[in-house]
Amino acid sequence: MSDGNFDFALAIGGEAGQGIATPGDTLARIVVRRGLHLSTYNAYQSIIRGGHIFLTVRIAEREVRSHGDKLDMLLALNQDTMNRHLRLLGSGAAALYNSDAISPGDHADGVQLCPLPVNDLTGSQRAGLNQNTVALGAMMHLLGLDFELLETSINQQFARKGEDVVNENVRVALAGYTHAQENFTPFPMPMPEGGEPLGVWSGNEALAMGGAAAGVKFYAAYPMSPSTGVLHWMAQNARNLGIMVRQVEDEIGVANMVVGAAHTGARAMCATSGGGFALMTEAIGAAAMMEIPCVFINVQRAGPSTGVPTKTEQGDLWQALGASQGDFERFIVSPKNALDAYNTVPELFNLADKLQCPGIILSDLLISEGRYSVQPSDIDFYPVIDRGELITEGTSNGDAYLRYKDTPSGVSPRAVPGTEGHVHTVATDEHDEDSMLLSDEFTNPHRRRASVEKRARKFDGAASLIAPPEIEGPANAEVTLVGWGSTAGVIDEAIEQLAERGVTANQLAIKWLLPFHSEEVTAALTSANRFIIVENNYSGQFARYLRGETGLSAYGHIRKYDGEPFAPHHIADGVQDLLGRDGGVFVPYQEVIV
Amino acid sequence: MTTIQLTARDFKGKVDPDWCPGCGDFGVLNSLQRAAAELGLRPHEIITVSGIGCSSNLPGYINTYGAHTLHGRSLAFATGVKMANHELTVIATGGDGDGYGIGGNHFTHTARRNVDVTYVVMNNQIYGLTTGQVSPTSRIGQKTKSTPFGSVEYPINPITSAIMNGATYVARGYSGDVRHLTELIKGGIEHQGFALIDVFSPCVTFNLDNTHNFFKDRIKKLEDEGHDYGDWAAACEKAMLWGDEIYIGKFFHMESDKESLTALEPVLRDGPVAKRTGGLTEEQAQRIVQRMM
Repeated sequence: MSDGNFDFALAIGGEAGQGIATPGDTLARIVVRRGLHLSTYNAYQSIIRGGHIFLTVRIAEREVRSHGDKLDMLLALNQDTMNRHLRLLGSGAAALYNSDAISPGDHADGVQLCPLPVNDLTGSQRAGLNQNTVALGAMMHLLGLDFELLETSINQQFARKGEDVVNENVRVALAGYTHAQENFTPFPMPMPEGGEPLGVWSGNEALAMGGAAAGVKFYAAYPMSPSTGVLHWMAQNARNLGIMVRQVEDEIGVANMVVGAAHTGARAMCATSGGGFALMTEAIGAAAMMEIPCVFINVQRAGPSTGVPTKTEQGDLWQALGASQGDFERFIVSPKNALDAYNTVPELFNLADKLQCPGIILSDLLISEGRYSVQPSDIDFYPVIDRGELITEGTSNGDAYLRYKDTPSGVSPRAVPGTEGHVHTVATDEHDEDSMLLSDEFTNPHRRRASVEKRARKFDGAASLIAPPEIEGPANAEVTLVGWGSTAGVIDEAIEQLAERGVTANQLAIKWLLPFHSEEVTAALTSANRFIIVENNYSGQFARYLRGETGLSAYGHIRKYDGEPFAPHHIADGVQDLLGRDGGVFVPYQEVIV
Repeated sequence: MTTIQLTARDFKGKVDPDWCPGCGDFGVLNSLQRAAAELGLRPHEIITVSGIGCSSNLPGYINTYGAHTLHGRSLAFATGVKMANHELTVIATGGDGDGYGIGGNHFTHTARRNVDVTYVVMNNQIYGLTTGQVSPTSRIGQKTKSTPFGSVEYPINPITSAIMNGATYVARGYSGDVRHLTELIKGGIEHQGFALIDVFSPCVTFNLDNTHNFFKDRIKKLEDEGHDYGDWAAACEKAMLWGDEIYIGKFFHMESDKESLTALEPVLRDGPVAKRTGGLTEEQAQRIVQRMM
């Protein structure tokens, strides 16, 4: 019986086009059907063939939200992978490879080498594709799993391609399984049974599904890594769910189309990455000025400019804070994980509708392209949908309607086009209550001031509409780790490692960036012994923001900007290092070169 | 309930235009108001979407729903409106700089998609609101504040561009002939698909080359010459003429061979998405879960 601590990481490496996704997906499905948790991270390049892809699949009995620190099993599909990664395996780990084509190099004592003579085993020279399936079979044995699980999975996966293809794949997989039984030693702890079967989703799928649950009826996008998964899910589901999905000529068009659709009363959303978001920003200001609620998602990648399209970073905080010219109010939120991203979408739409303003979600490649297990019963498919003060029906007697009526709350009831008796014009120029322009024929400082204050007043107390961050973990810890967005999960694991090393730490995970809970954050951090900010960028964007909002400066900083996400030990090492030298900046070394 | 026939006067906005006296845009506004009334439309059934520029102030002067959006973005915004609520009559208005310059990419793709939007461009061949710089339709040699020695760039031809990009109703009007322009706009609104009506709308302040007199002396109507608007090649040939004879009228109209985006988009078969409230049904949620497992 398992002690509940099963925690296993395997990696598949090769070049683009070698079919890494397929064995990865097959394994993922087997794992979640057993009710085990999954966190995968795919390191790749912006290339369709060639390069080096390294898919890490972490499997655990408890929920894990990072790809972890160690590697238990490596499947090298090419020599390059072997050269890069074998040296990083520790005692007890296993390396599988096609011995017809790949030779191992130096490795630590206790690493089990598992050569697979693919040509002999399959009686075929088509080693290129067969080696994945042979290896899958061998992995099943190493993991202590019945071959039938793989057989079932292959049946489902290849059913559409016909019986011959299924049979051939099962034959090849069985050859690998049998060879492993005869030659390799299984891992001491076989993969246990978990609880109820789980589902799998990526963060992008979670964002798209969150939109669907929130009642999004218009989605537009221009393809841009790492945000394109949202478009794919929306396009795939558009007809079933009655969602208008459009791929547009550029992100300027995307954003303005979304604002136009939102103006009709449809909930409208778009996703992009930093470069596309830059093109969208003028429209975000337009949505604020016209007071049209809509949601813009920026899935951050390493920048600036084209940057590293397939690598992660948290470098767009200041871009989001400064998105669009002028001085205006909006929401900015950075979800902590895939499920949180899902829940954030309907919540943000309700807020945007309530205050008639744009909302920005800052995701990143790590959340959006990672694939995670999820318990379907944890997903709220029917979140509250609150459209705010929306007028969709009227009569011809509504002449007194003022679109931008100067109300005590600042919120003016919003009539959608097509409503009788509420005819009005919305304008990106400054305007009065009746939407008459204050910019061209006349300007009026008193009206301008009133309009600015009306829009700003909507946000009085807005911070109380959202949950403030709270310290999680042991009280009175030596160190409080402060992160924002996707670092929450990996910081949790770093805190566990620190505890094992005798350092008590807790976490303040920031999700809402605007409005910012300055009072609560100040209270939490001034009562902390010391705090260290962890973020995936060079300059410490959040550290500067925090200082601006609270006046507080951190004891130390752990920053990573090499394109790869934090592993738990990077943070634990950083904390120990900083404690030993009284603060400063720690930049972890990325051991895995991908 | 009896429907009262509205007149152009009923489409008059709350404020008077701030255009210069003699501006061509008055004739365009007048034609739009007449077209709306003559088609029996009601103000709340229409939305007029514009960008930025003198002519883009038009939504404020017409009694319909309006959106005075960003510079160059009227067609993107209008496409969003139309695809979210296709029951609305969507009219986009603006100038040559707004539509063919900064908004050129959207112009190309809105035509290609054949979105059911009527796009009325007040083409004065100059940037007026910024006090007179060269525009995408300024003639080569034209002297403006940004080309004080004469422009050395060739202009875009909106008519041939629209036809090549896939627009299915392409016309050119002249703001000095309101009756004629009204009919072109009515045809564009009734047409199912993207309609461009490029209008010579002289800027009396900053373009002293392309004046009312310039056009009055040269303009000829296609319909007077038996032009076959189903013939795109003939349409392009006529549209390229720029000299002693300049044609206005309906250059090109593809009446049925190419469906509008509204007609082609299956998601709209159950009505406008803007009127669908709520999130997922239980059946939809179950299907999503099945796919995740």
